[in-house]
Amino acid sequence: MKTTLFTRPAWAGIIVCAALLALLPVLNLSFPASHPLHVSSYMVALVGKFMCYAMAALALDLVWGYTGILSLGHGVFFALGGYAHGMYLMRAIGREGVYQSDLPDFMVFLDWKTYPWFWSMTDNFWYSMLLVVAVPGVLAFVFGYFAFRSRIKGVYFSIITQAMTFAFMLLFFRNNTGFGGNNGFTDFKRIVGHTITAPSTKAALYLITLAMLLGALLLCRWIVRSKLGRVLQAVRDSESRLMFIGYNPLWFKLFVWTLSAVLCGIAGALYVPQVGIINPSEMSPANSIEMVIWAAVGGRGTLLGPIIGAFSVNGLKSWFTGAFPDLWLYALGLMFILVTLFMPQGILGLAAKLRRQKEAA
Amino acid sequence: MSEVLKPGQRYASEPGDAATAYGRHKPEGVDTSHGAILYLEDITVSFDGFRALNKLNLDISVGELRCIIGPNGAGKTTMMDVITGKTRPTTGGAWFGQTIDLTRMTEYDIAHAGIGRKFQRPTVFEQHTVFENLELAMKMNKRVKPTLFFRLSSEQKGKIDEILKLIRLNGQEHRPAGLLSHGQKQWLEIGMLLMQEPQLLLLDEPVAGMSDAETARTAELLNELRGLHSIVVVEHDMAFVEEIAQQGVVTVLHEGSVLAQGTMQQVQSDDRVIEVYLGR
Repeated sequence: MKTTLFTRPAWAGIIVCAALLALLPVLNLSFPASHPLHVSSYMVALVGKFMCYAMAALALDLVWGYTGILSLGHGVFFALGGYAHGMYLMRAIGREGVYQSDLPDFMVFLDWKTYPWFWSMTDNFWYSMLLVVAVPGVLAFVFGYFAFRSRIKGVYFSIITQAMTFAFMLLFFRNNTGFGGNNGFTDFKRIVGHTITAPSTKAALYLITLAMLLGALLLCRWIVRSKLGRVLQAVRDSESRLMFIGYNPLWFKLFVWTLSAVLCGIAGALYVPQVGIINPSEMSPANSIEMVIWAAVGGRGTLLGPIIGAFSVNGLKSWFTGAFPDLWLYALGLMFILVTLFMPQGILGLAAKLRRQKEAA
Repeated sequence: MSEVLKPGQRYASEPGDAATAYGRHKPEGVDTSHGAILYLEDITVSFDGFRALNKLNLDISVGELRCIIGPNGAGKTTMMDVITGKTRPTTGGAWFGQTIDLTRMTEYDIAHAGIGRKFQRPTVFEQHTVFENLELAMKMNKRVKPTLFFRLSSEQKGKIDEILKLIRLNGQEHRPAGLLSHGQKQWLEIGMLLMQEPQLLLLDEPVAGMSDAETARTAELLNELRGLHSIVVVEHDMAFVEEIAQQGVVTVLHEGSVLAQGTMQQVQSDDRVIEVYLGR
């Protein structure tokens, strides 16, 4: 017996949206700027960024919406994925930096003569891709193992995830940590031989991001509809009952927590070449909290909701920070309060409620 | 009775095997060669000096339906906690069969070994349907990977249907469990225990909050299960205990140890019992 997660109209919506999103870079490349069908490069870059955010929100939904584990530190996994990929991008600059050295500019500035050990092999693209998955994955596994084994739950768990991302931010702010201090990595020149600023490279990165987002959505859908998905929801609703019927919640939580961190890391790795910069501010506690707001606004425990939430909140943010730059944080806080009070199930929950009312009437 | 399940060891048989068909009498994996399925030996549990259990000795025979009564604070729930691994005894031993030491096992290992527990307050997964609740509880390998790739076989579905009929929830299997009445939730929880194919069922106040009709139906259900599983029932409702105890042994707990033991008639006429409990 299978429960439906996406209704027929939802599937139609996913397909139409994916097609429209795929069309954007094509319109950008094939029409001149004066043509009415032209989509600006700014727009393509913006939507590309939103898709990375959407993937992070989706990853968060797996742990928060389905398993009831509220993480206020998912930004650290996003940023570590970004840094892992950024190491490769820094090395791909070659001797074209300001100091024309084999080392990145910030290392020259620190008077380092060779790469530290953890930078070894990062000039290999595929090795950096491995790090993108492995670094957030291993961190999440180790952190999760100790936290879940000690049966740390609820708000206590949320607080230590927040502390974790804060600690990592402080660590990465240090110049001597070897990741460029507060400037982080930027001024990337190329990626696997292609000029990173070329419109075709940008379009390719955009389309890869779209494909990864859709792939992640299908993977998450498969997981939450499996029996394991029902076990995760059981962890959320009554963990002790689950133990007394013979499941060890530790491994189920650890599985979904690690998977979520890996997805978030991949999102971060897709984000960095498109945005052109990664620095420790991505690990600031506020960033992780914003991710939670995306998921809450869209509707947690629905997979599609957090994606919708990431797009709508960030779309609003882009407009708002242009129109009233100082007021965004107030607006974000207000939005979170209103959503919590009046639409606890988010946009999707509100839509479902309206549909039921219509049917009942 | 030859094979002995060690703590942590997994099932020798998979669901659907002929040997694990619902309703077998002889427990497998548990060494019951001396006729008892559960031994509690001199169990003491102290919380900050307060002895919730005080040198409690109890043994349950294979296939027995044992009723345990006692006033509030007698240690009934603490005893269940010790048996299911939730609370560790300060001293004493809890044995499942001759060989399985329950005091060294986790909650989920104890569940796998064959002890099912119903809580005082009905605890089912309210967001899941009745069917999903039973499916989650079904005896099988409950590790991450087999759970992820699990597909329900028709045999397993048949077993769920069988339990649905037994607990009188057939026709309601697609309702969320949260929408069931209080009594139905209690039955669903009993159904979940049966899906685990336990050798020993622990029922903590199975008729608390039930209507008379529901209570009568529950008594009927327990009478159907009599002999198929060893059952321990903790209950306050005397009429219900009389109904299900029949000529079996009733144990009276008081201040953490056994005060009296015997048939319902013997216990009811025991002066000490009347003094602490029945006479009030």
